[in-house]
Amino acid sequence: MDGNLDALTTIFTEFYYWVTVVFMFLIHVGFCMYEVGASRRKNHMHTLMKNVMIIPLVTVTFFFFGWWIYWAFPNFPFFGGLDLAAGAANTPWSETMGTNASDRITGVFWAAFLLFSWTAASIVSGSVIERIRSSALWVHAVLIGSVWWIIDAAWGWHYAGWMVQKLGYHDAYASGVIHAIAGGYALGVLVVLGPRIGKFAADGTPRDIPPHNPWMVTLGIFMIYTGFWGFYAACNVPLISPEVIDGQIVGTTWTATNIYLGPTTLGAITFNFLLSLSGGLMASYIVSKGDAFWTFSGGLAGIIGASAGNDLYHPMQAMLIGAFVPVVAYKLHYWVERKFKIDDAVGAVAVHGYAGFLGVVIAGFVLWGAPSSPYEGYAAINPLGQIAGAIIMFFVLGFLPAYIVTRIQAARGTLRIPAEVELQGLDMGEHEAYEEAIAEITAASAEHIKAN
Amino acid sequence: MSTIGYKDWAVDMADVGAMYPFQGAEVFMVILGVVFWIGWHLIQSKREAAELEEARKMADPDKVKAILERY
Repeated sequence: MDGNLDALTTIFTEFYYWVTVVFMFLIHVGFCMYEVGASRRKNHMHTLMKNVMIIPLVTVTFFFFGWWIYWAFPNFPFFGGLDLAAGAANTPWSETMGTNASDRITGVFWAAFLLFSWTAASIVSGSVIERIRSSALWVHAVLIGSVWWIIDAAWGWHYAGWMVQKLGYHDAYASGVIHAIAGGYALGVLVVLGPRIGKFAADGTPRDIPPHNPWMVTLGIFMIYTGFWGFYAACNVPLISPEVIDGQIVGTTWTATNIYLGPTTLGAITFNFLLSLSGGLMASYIVSKGDAFWTFSGGLAGIIGASAGNDLYHPMQAMLIGAFVPVVAYKLHYWVERKFKIDDAVGAVAVHGYAGFLGVVIAGFVLWGAPSSPYEGYAAINPLGQIAGAIIMFFVLGFLPAYIVTRIQAARGTLRIPAEVELQGLDMGEHEAYEEAIAEITAASAEHIKAN
Repeated sequence: MSTIGYKDWAVDMADVGAMYPFQGAEVFMVILGVVFWIGWHLIQSKREAAELEEARKMADPDKVKAILERY
C-alpha cells in the first residue's frame, strides 16, 4: 500500500467484502430454517445436518481447488489453455492464501465467492430432502459448490471470461451463474432420485406435502432475503479508478462496478432489488391465490429473474420482470411436477432454475446492444448470447453433470435412503440417539404423571 | 527461533509478507488437508451405509405408525 489513498481503498474494499460475507451467512441460516420447516418432524435432524455439513465440505474444497478454477479457467478449454499465471496466486499452497501482510484482499474475496458456493449447494439440498443419503448429497455439494458453478463463473462471471468476450454474456447478480445452474443441477438429481414415498397417488396425481412449520419457513425465507443484500453487494466492486480498470472508461472519476468492471451504483441495485422483490411478491400472491409458500418464494424468484440486469435496469423494469418471471416459474413447476412426476420439495428448480434461466434470457432483450464490458473487442449484450448462456448454465453445467453423477450413485446403491427407513423417518436411521432420547424422556414424563 | 519467521515486530510493514508458521511446508499441509477431507467422506459414507442397513432391518411397524401420526 503505497499512499494513504491506496491504503484507504484497500482497507475499505477488504472490509466491504468482509461485511458481505457476514450478511451472506444469513442465506445459509435461512436455507437451513426453510428446509427444516418444510420437512416432516421425523426427518428434522437429517435435513438439518445435510445442509449444515455443506458448509465445511464446500469450504475446504473451495480452498483446495475451487478458487484456483476461477482464475485458471476463463478461456479454458475452448479459447485458450489454463491461465496458470493467474491461478498461481490462488492455489492452496500459495503464500497469499494465508496470513500475509502484503495481501489483504484475497481472503475476503475468496470468502465472498465461497458463500456463493454454499448457496449453490444449498439450493440443491432443499429440493432433495427426506429421501437422499447425506453422503450422496455431499458429493453433489462439492461438485456444484467447488467445481461446476465456479467453472461457469470463470466463463461468464469474470471480466475476461470467454462467454463475456464472445457471447456478450451479462449476468450481474447471478441469475444464471448461481441460480440457473443450481436449479438445473437440482433437476438433474431429482430426475434420477425420484419422489418421496406418497408424493404421487397410484394414478399419478401429485399430493401436497405441506411444511410442518410454516413459520419457520417464513423466517427462513426472510433470512434469505436479508442475506441476498450481502450477495448483491458482493457482486460489485465497491470503488475503483478508471486507470485501474484500464479499459475504455476515461477521466478520473472513481466508480462502483459490476463483476465485469462495467459501471453501476449501490443506489441502482438497491432500487432494483426492492422493486423486483415487490413485483415478485405481488404477482406470486395473485397467481398462487395467496399461498404463503409460493408468495414468499415468488418474491425471491422475482429478484432472481431481474438479477442478470439489475445493475442497469430502471426500477420499473426490475419490478415488471420481477413480476413476470415468478408467474412463469410457478406454472412450469406444476406442469413439470404433473408431467414428469418430479418431486421438488421446496420448489428450488422453479424459484432458482426456471427463474434464473428466464432472467438471463430477458436481460438479452432489455439490454440489447449495451456494452458487456469496459474493454474493447467484447461482444455487446444480445438475446442470442444470453439464450446460449442460459442453456450453458442450466443444462450443460447444471443438469447434465448432475444427471450423470446421480445415475452412477443410483447404480452403486448409494443414492437413496431405503424405503423402510424413509417411512419410519430418516432421524431413526442416522440420528437415532436424538429420537430415542425424546422417546425415553416422553415415556419418563408419562410415568411420572401416572405415578402422581 | 520463531515458527513464523519473525522474533519481534521491529519491522517495516512494507517488507512483511507471509506470517504463518512453517512457511515452505504449504504443499505438505495441503496434502494433510486433502487426506483429512477424503478420509472424512470415506468414514462418513461407510458409517451411514451401516446405520441405514441396521435401521432397515430393525424397522418396527408400531414405531413407524407412531411417527407417521406425528407428521
